[in-house]
Amino acid sequence: MAALELRQVGKWYGGFEAVKSVDLTIEDREFIVFVGPSGCGKTTLLRMIAGLEEISSGDLFIDGERANAVPPDKRGLAMVFQSYALYPHMTVAGNMGFALKMAGAPKAEIEQKVNGAARILQLEPLLGRKPRALSGGQRQRVAIGRAIVRNPRGFLFDEPLSNLDAALRVQMRTELVRLHQDLATTMIYVTHDQVEAMTMADRIVVLNGGRIEQVGTPLELYQRPANLFVAGFIGSPKMNLFPARAVSVGNGAVTLELSAGRTLSVPMPAGLIAPGAAVTLGTRPEHLALVDAGPFGGIVDVVEHLGVETLLYVKDPEGVTTIVRTDDLSRVRQGETVSLALRPGRGSLFDASGHAFFHLSPT
Amino acid sequence: MREEKAPPAGAIAAWAAAFVMFFPILWMIITAFKTEAQAIAIPPLLFFRPVLSSFAAALEESGYVHFAENSIIVSLASTALAVLIAFPAAYAMAFQPGKRTQNLLVWMLSTKMLPPVGVLVPIYLICRDAGLLDTRTALVIVDALMNLPIVVWMLYSFFRDIPRDILEAAQMDGIGPRGQMTHLLLPLASPGIASAALLSIILSWNEAFWSINLTAAHAGTLATFIARYTAPEGLFWAKLSAASVLAVAPILVFGSLAQRRMVRGLTVGAVK
Repeated sequence: MAALELRQVGKWYGGFEAVKSVDLTIEDREFIVFVGPSGCGKTTLLRMIAGLEEISSGDLFIDGERANAVPPDKRGLAMVFQSYALYPHMTVAGNMGFALKMAGAPKAEIEQKVNGAARILQLEPLLGRKPRALSGGQRQRVAIGRAIVRNPRGFLFDEPLSNLDAALRVQMRTELVRLHQDLATTMIYVTHDQVEAMTMADRIVVLNGGRIEQVGTPLELYQRPANLFVAGFIGSPKMNLFPARAVSVGNGAVTLELSAGRTLSVPMPAGLIAPGAAVTLGTRPEHLALVDAGPFGGIVDVVEHLGVETLLYVKDPEGVTTIVRTDDLSRVRQGETVSLALRPGRGSLFDASGHAFFHLSPT
Repeated sequence: MREEKAPPAGAIAAWAAAFVMFFPILWMIITAFKTEAQAIAIPPLLFFRPVLSSFAAALEESGYVHFAENSIIVSLASTALAVLIAFPAAYAMAFQPGKRTQNLLVWMLSTKMLPPVGVLVPIYLICRDAGLLDTRTALVIVDALMNLPIVVWMLYSFFRDIPRDILEAAQMDGIGPRGQMTHLLLPLASPGIASAALLSIILSWNEAFWSINLTAAHAGTLATFIARYTAPEGLFWAKLSAASVLAVAPILVFGSLAQRRMVRGLTVGAVK
């Protein structure tokens, strides 16, 4: 039960600015995911919230109280580490009860809390084991259990699933979401995996180079990326980006000239763009449709049958690959020439500096 | 592959080198079982009837037990003192390093490069003025200080092998430095602490310079016990050898028992 507020929080390591003046409000009981490429500052930001890293500038408020100088254990936050960081010489029960034991809690209370957490995480049969006798997934559960036992105001997760195999990762993802619902506490989760971010988050914070690029719900980020970085980072397969130029503006529509002289008309209110401006048209793979004649197209280079859908990698005459998502009944074969058109009301337009200035919407 | 085909020349050389290094000790052990007459016989006797008379003489005349007791007390107490100081020092350096931690570590080691005789006079004077001459206390303190840099270094490298995450998890659990040291580092680094302690015991057992200079009959260790045999009455080779065997035997046995653990301790971080 913690609401957090970050005001112009920054982190310097010597002369290197790892986190640049981050402003962020995290609501009580929210599941927030920090996502970004490695080195973007997401883990540093989390560690500053945890209190393991000093805040160089700015303020951190937890439930309205300034917490910059509050020691980690007094912040009421529990952390789950990427490496699990279990105490190797203690049993599962010992690991989970250690904090309480050191705080001088009575034995019966420790036992009751440990058993409670073990029940939630199905760790009961493993309570007597040492960490080395556990699988990766079980160790991860113990690490979460250790956090639960402390009954924290909020949970901090630092890439907790990155050491697990793919199948287990998918399973743990849903378990964490369920846990969030059961415990009804704030969770802050760091990952570099945008799929984890999309599937778990209430809101996603996209970080790049120590700066927040965009904050929003998964669908907001997917449908209305604020800039080219977010457009490229969120979504798999990636958004197709076409360089273009606005040739004529007016009458609620703009005509874009794509490479090789092909043109495309997009409905858009007047005044957003000047004629002659360079823009980038971004289209998700599902924004494109196979048609008899359209502004995009080329030779099908690769066909990926994923079962529920089929991905086509279409190479245009300039050698640029466009990814198209079609249904499972697609009969298109490799080597065929196809033509593509933008589905009505889909796609985003970015200006020369990479900021989105218009998202088409399928009213 | 290569080892199978390698000629035994390398092995022979290694054995020869080992023999040359071991020879003085071997000769000392042999001499200890001779009579004084046999010990100074020229050419040296290789075959003789071993006797224990030199051991008996060394034990009876010179109070071996008293010196051995001093050696045991001094080496154990100085080791305990060194580990007690080094443990929190290494913890701070390994987990909360500052800008100058590396320099500090190197500086500490550099004190070991100083010839001990260089500080003989000041330390002698301090001990004299404190009334500590010929006391075990003086030797315990000096030995502990002499071994401290090595013990700190060993503990430091052991602590560096312990994942930081574990201590950070403890920090999140509200466990302060003292709790981290006693409940996490002590059990997790116990092999390292044991090998550092073993090395410290061996070093202070073998330490001769300070015990000869700071102690005499009362607090002398086995090193002074041997040194006393180079007496003005002349050298008694057999008795000297017997005394030396008595002095080094305990630590040799102890060392060989602890050898595997020591090697593990000294090579930690190098392998892995």
